Amino acid sequence: MTLPLFAPNEDPGPDFVALLDRLGLSIPGPQLPVSEGISHGTTVVAIRTARGVVMAGDRRATSGHLISHRSIEKVFPADRLSGIAIAGAAGPAMEMVRLFQLQLEHYEKVEGVPLSLEGKANQLSQMLRGNLTAAMQGLGVLPLFAGWDERQERGRLFQYDITGGRYEERDHASTGSGSLHASTVIKLRYEASISEDSALDLAIEALFEAADEDSATGGPDPIRGIYPVLASIGSNGFVRLEEEEVASRTAELLEHLGERGTR
Amino acid sequence: MNMPLYVSPEQLMKDRADYARKGIGRGRSAVACTYVDGVLLCAENPSNTLRKVSEIYDRIGFMGVGKYNEFDQLRVAGVRHADLKGYSFSREDVDARWLANQYAQTLGQYFTHEMKPLEVELLVAEISQEVGQDRMFHLLYDGTVMDTTTHVVIGGEADVIGVRLSELWQEGLPMGEAVRIAVKSLAGDERVLVPDDLEVAVLARDGGRRAFRRIEGEELGQLIGD
Repeated sequence: MTLPLFAPNEDPGPDFVALLDRLGLSIPGPQLPVSEGISHGTTVVAIRTARGVVMAGDRRATSGHLISHRSIEKVFPADRLSGIAIAGAAGPAMEMVRLFQLQLEHYEKVEGVPLSLEGKANQLSQMLRGNLTAAMQGLGVLPLFAGWDERQERGRLFQYDITGGRYEERDHASTGSGSLHASTVIKLRYEASISEDSALDLAIEALFEAADEDSATGGPDPIRGIYPVLASIGSNGFVRLEEEEVASRTAELLEHLGERGTR
Repeated sequence: MNMPLYVSPEQLMKDRADYARKGIGRGRSAVACTYVDGVLLCAENPSNTLRKVSEIYDRIGFMGVGKYNEFDQLRVAGVRHADLKGYSFSREDVDARWLANQYAQTLGQYFTHEMKPLEVELLVAEISQEVGQDRMFHLLYDGTVMDTTTHVVIGGEADVIGVRLSELWQEGLPMGEAVRIAVKSLAGDERVLVPDDLEVAVLARDGGRRAFRRIEGEELGQLIGD
């Protein structure tokens, strides 16, 4: 590996993915369908709040009818002011997160300024489009992207499909196998300018209800100490909630559900 | 019969070195030194957009003086190289010594084989978790590498500024003091440098994964305005 210097007309610019292509280092997609033995991540949600966005994801990965991981993480910082949550084939999804994080950081370092939130959302869209062949072979990735828009001074969230279609949602979004149940819970409780505190509780409840109905979504597991991953994103950046805090919020929810007599 | 023009290798190298030094001497110098929580990078730079000091990787910073387009090209190549290595292996495997060697090879190659040498001097700095382990690599236009763990000046006036810096620098300085002595060394006795003439950044041990942070505007004004 020598220093990658390019002639001006061959320079890949601030694009890391283009740099990999230029150097012949990008990994080609699968030639044949690979549907068996693949881990799938399931339910993630994002809710817009008065001071930004809240993102949350359960911890389960399944392989067919089996649970392949109990404590996988699906919510990650994309950069200082944005986050990405993933559902779909776990391997390609993790790789996409890694490449997306690097892409944003690479741009920021080469150019000296970070991308706009809009630009970041479009980047992810392009990466998904690049993954389309793999998606057609059973390795689809379904991310949520959310962040703080410094120009508009508000939180924004985006949903995607496997073709790279980018859909900005106004208030909340969810993706993955339990998303139907999760989004129903959020829809019923959501109100404009919901506080961050209530949004965090709402996200935990949405994931709890999704896990209750969908076998591929993992519920809270107090015995092993496994709880959903929660993060809030505001003008102060991406902040992941401490495990203890999620545990105590979950305990509160369970107590409340018990009082209500939920079965 | 035409006699081929003979130039002795000594003369050729001397001419190239003179040419490079002259180019570098036209620009302003820059200093780097360790302080208690990391490494300070401080350059005299009247431009607010054309940077001399920048981030390469999590714990690695870069500073260039001389011809802007040449050191900026090397800066971008460094970012690419570091990001590629971190992507292929792991973030921990990216280190400054390795990057400095790559730069040295490229500079050496230009110096001996290309039409003209690169008119740049570079500094690659890296902080370590432990105090006293921070490293700085100073690269010359011909590929010469020098490493230090204390303080260094790059650029045309390196000798004069270096003498001033050596007098002022000592181990375990707080950040504010380090900025003041760096600016004082750059300015000398006759001149006064204001924040607009300066570009200052630190690689800070307490700065999280990405240690690089610019010190500008009000913060810089307060630090040097004592």
